[in-house]
Amino acid sequence: MKFVPNSSIKTIMLEELGLNKIEDLFLDIPKDIKIKNLNLPCGLSQQETERKLRKIVGKNRSCNDFLSFLGGGIKSHYIPAIVKSITSRSEFYTSYTPYQSEASQGFLQAMFEYQSMIAEITGMDVANCSLYDGVTSLSEAALMCTRITRKKNFIMPHNISWEKKCVLSNYAKGPGIKIKEISYNSKTGKIDIDELKRKINGDTSGVYIENPNFFGIFEDDIDEISEIVKKSGSLFVVGVDPISLGITKSPGEYGADIVIGEGRGLGNTMNFGGSSLGIYACKNELLRQMPGRIIGVTKDIKDKRAFCMTLQTREQHIRRAKATSNICTNEGLCALAAVVYLSWLGSEGFFNISKINFENGEKLAKLIASLPGFKLKFKSTHFNEFVVEYSDDVKKLNKILLQNGIFGGLTLEEFYPELENCMLIGTSEVHTDDDFEKFVSSLKEVSYV
Amino acid sequence: MYRSAIYEEPLLNELVISKKEKINSFDKIPKTLQRKKNIDIPNLDETQIVRHFHRLSQMNYGIDTGIYPLGSCTMKYNPKLCEEIASWGKFNNTHPCQDISTVQGNLKILFELERMLCEITGMDFFSLQPAAGAHGEFLGMLLTRAYHEDRNQGSRDEVILPDTSHGTNPASVSMAGYKLIEIASNKDGTVDLKMLKDALSEKTACFMLTNPNTLGIFESEILKISKMVHDAGALLYYDGANINAIMGKARPGDMGFDIVHLNLHKTFATPHGGGGPGSGPVGVKMKLEKFLPIPRIGKTKEGNYVFDYDAPESIGKIRAYYGNFSVLLKAYIYILMMGSDGLREASEIAVLNSNYMKKKILDSKLYDMPYKDIRKHEFVLSCEKLKQVKGIRAMDVAKRLLDYGFHPPTVYFPLIVKEALMIEPPETESKNDIDRYVDAILKIANEDPEIVKSAPNNTSVNRVDEVSASKNPILTWKMI
Ligand SMILES: Cc1ncc(COP(=O)(O)O)c(C=O)c1O
Repeated sequence: MKFVPNSSIKTIMLEELGLNKIEDLFLDIPKDIKIKNLNLPCGLSQQETERKLRKIVGKNRSCNDFLSFLGGGIKSHYIPAIVKSITSRSEFYTSYTPYQSEASQGFLQAMFEYQSMIAEITGMDVANCSLYDGVTSLSEAALMCTRITRKKNFIMPHNISWEKKCVLSNYAKGPGIKIKEISYNSKTGKIDIDELKRKINGDTSGVYIENPNFFGIFEDDIDEISEIVKKSGSLFVVGVDPISLGITKSPGEYGADIVIGEGRGLGNTMNFGGSSLGIYACKNELLRQMPGRIIGVTKDIKDKRAFCMTLQTREQHIRRAKATSNICTNEGLCALAAVVYLSWLGSEGFFNISKINFENGEKLAKLIASLPGFKLKFKSTHFNEFVVEYSDDVKKLNKILLQNGIFGGLTLEEFYPELENCMLIGTSEVHTDDDFEKFVSSLKEVSYV
Repeated sequence: MYRSAIYEEPLLNELVISKKEKINSFDKIPKTLQRKKNIDIPNLDETQIVRHFHRLSQMNYGIDTGIYPLGSCTMKYNPKLCEEIASWGKFNNTHPCQDISTVQGNLKILFELERMLCEITGMDFFSLQPAAGAHGEFLGMLLTRAYHEDRNQGSRDEVILPDTSHGTNPASVSMAGYKLIEIASNKDGTVDLKMLKDALSEKTACFMLTNPNTLGIFESEILKISKMVHDAGALLYYDGANINAIMGKARPGDMGFDIVHLNLHKTFATPHGGGGPGSGPVGVKMKLEKFLPIPRIGKTKEGNYVFDYDAPESIGKIRAYYGNFSVLLKAYIYILMMGSDGLREASEIAVLNSNYMKKKILDSKLYDMPYKDIRKHEFVLSCEKLKQVKGIRAMDVAKRLLDYGFHPPTVYFPLIVKEALMIEPPETESKNDIDRYVDAILKIANEDPEIVKSAPNNTSVNRVDEVSASKNPILTWKMI
């Protein structure tokens, strides 16, 4: 059972070709480089394979086994059963990019609905139907700012994830974009607006702000920031955790030109960090510079509503070297999960889930801050993540938590030396009061050791 | 024969029964960020949503529906076991920042997959980070730059590629800031060595090649090409989209390629998901190892797997975390099941299928196949004659195939074939299905052109007007 049906009739087929052996089909490969076989083990049966994988997975402990307070852009969320039920329809998951629209109306319509919902929650006019992840979305946004403004200085906060910085610096190399960082206020954890004013100028292509930011904090001086960006003539790029948009204003309402984010939290499992879902939305006037696939509505020749990939002249298969991006394969199935998830929530459920995430963040922060040896690093309103400072070694703390079946927060000092013994703690709707109780009593126990 | 369901399925927002007027306000967040109006996402019942998406799925063609011979895409069957295992909670509910001791299973898989891919390609080291083939190409360009800069050859700013190359190749080249030099193919449809020689110079950073190329032709002069490129001080890049033709037969590493990307969502049977997620691992020769992205995956003497971030000359990262783990896991399972013999046979039968199908079609003399005759896992027909004689274009043939219940081949690529139909029947297709497909494609050539040009008629919509979609973009339900 090796998924090769013609294996048993290859001699018949070869005969029809007037050939004796398979090797005759490979005479165009020079002898010097031909090999006899690969040095890999023999194939396993399906049963053996499953057994082997069970053994391997036995070495893992997942967030089902342990209580997890890890965050930093990715965390556990509840996924309703309907999501897998739809995404495992094999008409969807075994299809290719919908080049032939008449045979792909289902997926195309679902992607159109995804775009509609992403545009709605971000307050943008249009959205594409996914990029690789939130991090590459930011990089593509920086490239797009330079294409549009023809300027080469991109501004971003110092406190974004180190991975975003690292990836962005690689994407910036092509067009030679210079990245400037703005520090955060050490008391509030929010961006230093005076520094932004000093660094922004006529050469700035775009300004990136995260809301909530990497520390989980809401940038509430957002109108002022927006005005500063607009005045400079550069583009305003906002990064979001989409779950937060149920309770906050959309970035479109405070002047964003481009909105990006990691959309995995919308109905997708964590998968050790991949797959993922790069959200990318923008204003209509920037549309023709947008990267990625876009689905549009049109008609068929009998005037019936129909969907198709559109504005393809932006893309690599038409425009080649002058394309807005090299992206081809994207994260379509994750976008499908997101649209199923969002429709399952509806606007009511979306508001509620967002509210619970906020309230759980607030509750847990209060509980931890009341423990001796722990304090909140910043005095600002935060969403479902927050930074806690511990009076001793946080790494050691995490090791002990691990023994209690708990994944503690993400330690920050590797990337922010000034945040010694700080950790970023994340929660979401998956946590109950009992979970908080268990976490807090473990912390208490540990800190008394 | 496959028939698409035909529903006039409303959009989600058109399914709404009643709208809520009360504003959902939340005053615990800062005033400047409080919402002033409700988000307009329909509130529906689970039943409605399930039926909606279920119906949509019935208007979508997948590999499980039938043969899907998209050239260059290697649309092979996606084994169910891979899907099943990848959905185990102990895999899919792991956080990328968990303590390393709790993800030893994941790391073992990544570590072993890297080695398997090294063996299959003949490369020395692999990075699993790229999310797709194009992403791998971009990484390849970053590695190329790092390599030359390290040797004080940073002035090399040109990348050469043949005119048969896939669109992502030139796009990745220019995204990475390189100048592009495209060379015309020779009369065989392969690299023109003289053109290559003229294009190579002390400015050349890299030559990118797909082998077999996008016409399905093996570049038999590859060793000469490799020598020319290396003599000029440049690197040789392998676009691995077509490696399904040569597994267990020949390896890019042995041909002299320095950098290779694979598309796991093609050759290694992971599903394409209606667009993605994919995975585009990149392999390199020893001399490029130190530039690979971080983290690398290592194994200690005690047999523990670790992430290694200590690589001062690494290019850094091209995405968050370690790659599309769920896809990598499925490819790992696939390789375990196939084993060395299975992979070799997959390539052998893919090439057999393609040559069998090619002969049956060409024997009819209804379609032409420009360039060299010997092909590997795919071949590219031209409908130019049909167009001249009957006014039937490649796109018309494609659409008419839908009426016969088949997914069309890739059309209008590669660009050097006029009215191209690019057909790839992978090893997972049976002779019966291939025969039926051939019958349909031959029948179409003899049909009344008016019928062919008005196709499709058996699909959920008739021929879609893509031109007005672009002229007047309607991209959200608000814009309707
Ligand atoms: C020859 C070739 N190169 C590169 C790519 C790009 O790969 P991906 O879609 O995984 O980015 C493709 C995919 O269609 C291809 O056929």
